[in-house]
Amino acid sequence: MKDDIAAHVRDRVDAIYRSDSRRVLATLIRLLGDFDLAEEALHDAFATAVEQWPEKGIPSNPSAWLISAGRFKALDRLRRNARFESADGEILDHLQASETPDQPEQGVEDDRLRLIFTCCHPALSADAQIALTLREVCGLTTEEVARAFLTPAPTLAQRIVRAKSKIRDAGIPYEIPSLRDLPDRLDSVLHVIYLVFNEGYVASAGPQLTRESLSAEAIRLGRLLVELLPEPEATGLLALMLLHEARRAGRTSSLGDLILLEHQDRSLWDREQIQEGIALVERALTSRRIGPYSLQAAIAAVHAEARDAASTDWAQIVALYDLLLKAEPSAVIELNRAAAIAMRDGPEAGLKLIDKILKNGELEDYYPAHAARGELCRRLGRISDAMAAYRRTLELVTQEPERRFLERRLVELDSRV
Amino acid sequence: MKYLCLIYDNESEWAKFPKDLQDKYMGEYTAFGDSIKKSGQYVGANQLQPSHTATVVRSRNGKVSTTDGPFVETKEQLGGYYLVEAKDLNDAIQVASRIPSARSGAIEVRPIVERIQA
Repeated sequence: MKDDIAAHVRDRVDAIYRSDSRRVLATLIRLLGDFDLAEEALHDAFATAVEQWPEKGIPSNPSAWLISAGRFKALDRLRRNARFESADGEILDHLQASETPDQPEQGVEDDRLRLIFTCCHPALSADAQIALTLREVCGLTTEEVARAFLTPAPTLAQRIVRAKSKIRDAGIPYEIPSLRDLPDRLDSVLHVIYLVFNEGYVASAGPQLTRESLSAEAIRLGRLLVELLPEPEATGLLALMLLHEARRAGRTSSLGDLILLEHQDRSLWDREQIQEGIALVERALTSRRIGPYSLQAAIAAVHAEARDAASTDWAQIVALYDLLLKAEPSAVIELNRAAAIAMRDGPEAGLKLIDKILKNGELEDYYPAHAARGELCRRLGRISDAMAAYRRTLELVTQEPERRFLERRLVELDSRV
Repeated sequence: MKYLCLIYDNESEWAKFPKDLQDKYMGEYTAFGDSIKKSGQYVGANQLQPSHTATVVRSRNGKVSTTDGPFVETKEQLGGYYLVEAKDLNDAIQVASRIPSARSGAIEVRPIVERIQA
């Protein structure tokens, strides 16, 4: 009987760990003013729960209980160390002076935002922002993050340690940015989420094209952010991720080969995700501050609504690319616009634009530019030009499925010469 | 917290500025200095002589060696600093972004180690 209760409590503790540990951590970091101290306190709190709850019962508000247990354990730890280390004594004095909050749960949602903004602080390197966010906000283990980014675990652990010490030593505050700084700081959070999603969507190297767990993690983060801070661009980014994610099943063949958008079996697309994505795009576009993520999501929505490539509203897509270019001028967006123009006005018009973009030199080593050129030449029957472009693409591509796709195309073209 | 804002700017570009532009720049520096004195963030500041006046000193096994020139040759040179009092890094970044050379060169912001007084 007693063992049954213990087992039941342990299951509940595991469930609470999964659902609430990040919330509790976020508040402990604020109360204790230090990431490492808060992490130790979090583990102490859960260990105490496993010990005490079978006897005393599960508290009515487990996360409030865990927060105060964690804080108490941290003070206890500091008190013990303070006999030896004067620095710990200082922190202790400071913590004891700050009163125990009557309602430790108050402002807890703000704490989660504080944690997100601190992990994505632009004074940290992009790599460190990503690693820290996945570790602290999503609760992935260092090994999991390392595996997802094909980085040796010690390197990644080192990156996280350095980031935490910069937060502490350089005085990066644990706060939600002021209204004045919010747009820039939000950009940096959105960028981290987008990079995590992309890494999961298009693995930058290696045999497998997609690493689903990273994309799922990015979508979870996106949802959390929209829930905590419903800014139009946060909504736009979540929509963009959902609309891309919806195509996952149609993107690769059973052999793991890449299938181009126009050849994808659209019945494999996830309708539920598409519907949610479209609703979010519409919400983001009603705001007067339409940003690049919302515009990209709108483009993805037009694709998602079309029955096939031919019936896609290409004019609408070109118009959205025009807006996107205005919001965020970039050669890559120009290239995508050229591809849309090729669909609207024919391959010749698109090729003209792509050649102009390539002549500017900025995309000389960007494989999608050469792949697009190859495709348009192929459609125009300019076989040797198409082959040259595909060969150049092959030199630049690092992913296996893309290589196989290009090699198939080359064999096919060779037979037409 | 205290932060040292190290000012890196291109000396040769600066030397090529006409006199009135140099004056305008110095005026902006004076205005910036006044503003952080007024806000109570100013702790100290100095402009440095150009990097060709720099000497690098090393002492190895009791033997002192000196070499000509700055420690590292870079496109932009250390030309001066402000020592400021700021609430946190965000506050320090805000101050650093208003240093006139932030627009032409770059400012490196370094927190000062605070020793706990025994």
